[in-house]
Amino acid sequence: MDQRDASVPTISRLGPFRASVATFGALIGSGFRRYATYRQATLAGTFTNVVFGFLRCYVLLAVAAGAVGNTPAGYSSEQLATYVWVGQGLLSVIGIWGWTELADRIRTGDIAADLLRPIPPVTAYLAADLGRAGYGLLTRFGPPLLVGAIFFPLHVPSRWQTFPLFALSILLAVIICFGCKYLVNATAYWLQDARGPIMLWTLGSGVLGGLYFPLRLLPDEVVAVLWLCTPMPSLLQAPLDVIAERDGPVTQLGLVALQVVWAVAILALAGLVQRRAERRLVVQGG
Amino acid sequence: MGELRAYVALGAAQIRSAASYRTSFLVELFGNVGATVFDVLTVLVLFRATPAVGGFTLREAVVIVGFSSAGFALADLLVGNVDRLKTYVRAGTLDAVLVRPLPALPQLLLMDLPIRKTLRVVFGFVVLGVAIAANDVDWTVSRVLLVLLTPLAAGVFFGSIFVLSASLAFWWVDSGEIGSAFTYGGRDFTSYPISVYDSWFRNLFAYALGFGFIAYHPALTLLGRDDPLGLPAWTGFLSPLAALGAATVAAVVWRSGIRHYRSTGS
Repeated sequence: MDQRDASVPTISRLGPFRASVATFGALIGSGFRRYATYRQATLAGTFTNVVFGFLRCYVLLAVAAGAVGNTPAGYSSEQLATYVWVGQGLLSVIGIWGWTELADRIRTGDIAADLLRPIPPVTAYLAADLGRAGYGLLTRFGPPLLVGAIFFPLHVPSRWQTFPLFALSILLAVIICFGCKYLVNATAYWLQDARGPIMLWTLGSGVLGGLYFPLRLLPDEVVAVLWLCTPMPSLLQAPLDVIAERDGPVTQLGLVALQVVWAVAILALAGLVQRRAERRLVVQGG
Repeated sequence: MGELRAYVALGAAQIRSAASYRTSFLVELFGNVGATVFDVLTVLVLFRATPAVGGFTLREAVVIVGFSSAGFALADLLVGNVDRLKTYVRAGTLDAVLVRPLPALPQLLLMDLPIRKTLRVVFGFVVLGVAIAANDVDWTVSRVLLVLLTPLAAGVFFGSIFVLSASLAFWWVDSGEIGSAFTYGGRDFTSYPISVYDSWFRNLFAYALGFGFIAYHPALTLLGRDDPLGLPAWTGFLSPLAALGAATVAAVVWRSGIRHYRSTGS
């Protein structure tokens, strides 16, 4: 007779560790398939990314043309173009905007169903988000980069380690971004309506994440505070600086290391907030 | 008279619903200003790195930003929420709007009147005012007229773009973010001197779509600067014409869209 404790939830006959890996994988897959159904929206979103790519690229190149030595904040024109176009490609991979699912479920009371499931909500939603990011990487990342490469001279990375570091940096950025979105959505446990915090997040993440302009154009002290005290630059600025090779190999590695710290911290905080919220949750609806 | 009362009732319901989540409303009110503040800040940050962008100093460039953000904020307050149309079409909620004895567009706008965006309009006009004060404008009657007309024309123009890109949902429900390329993209395009763009891109947005007439050319005329691209000074006065053209196209497309609408039936 299997002596396994009946309270350990398993959905397969594998061992507990392999079972949780399998569950996590299944959730990633379902997240991927969910977004894969919106094919036309994918096309429309890509078009929009490309238009904004042109707008931002022209403006930053005009800034470079007028700047001292044509290298504003130490970026060459090619690096700026890479910065803009890889940024447009990464935008929907990282997914900084538009996730209000958790807040909506808290407001409507559907969150009760999530809490009944044998997987902690943070884990389940993280898996779904990784699936979403994977779909984004396959469909949304390439086209803007291709258009950028056709119309502008881009910076081609010269160091071999840039590519694995970039891949790792994207994964970390997705995790950090998910953690931040989770925390922003979780304010609905206390506020019921999280539209306000979500709006502040939408605003702050774009500007402070480095989407509109490279953060190094800001005064040095501001940049240092942003990197060390907020997770924002780890969302876009970090992977973009890695691929544009703005810094030497050591700083490049340091950016990714800082992302690791933020990823761990944000996920831990999300878990903590979720546990606190469960203790005081009054389920809405009826 | 009855129609007006119905609109007032719709609007008042929006105000009451906004007032019931007061904290969130206040955050949204300031968050919305934040969006425009960040747009202006972006311009300031870019000019930290360089004395001139596309041949314009910061002082001159801010006039362009002022026209653009005043016009955009005005349009976004009054018609910006029409971009929810795709949600209504998808869910079939538009049926409820169409069976009522009122025109569909005003109803849709009042169904979610974004009172939270009012502060943004104020900020847009403040930017414009500060920008004009910072420049040494040689005031004439026609320039006063230009300053008064341009933000309104820009508002009508952006409003038409909002309606046009929302109408797309009648034919293509999954149009997703494509409208943003022209609404928010148009705002970004008009925030900078159009001399920064390559000629094909500039011709497309500025002249084929008309975005050049609502901020860049009026700013040139106001500052008394020659157009580096060679168009005459009176081009700056064409914003009402561009607005009228855009509004006409938007009205036609909207009407044919409404006629084209088939409910999802769910």
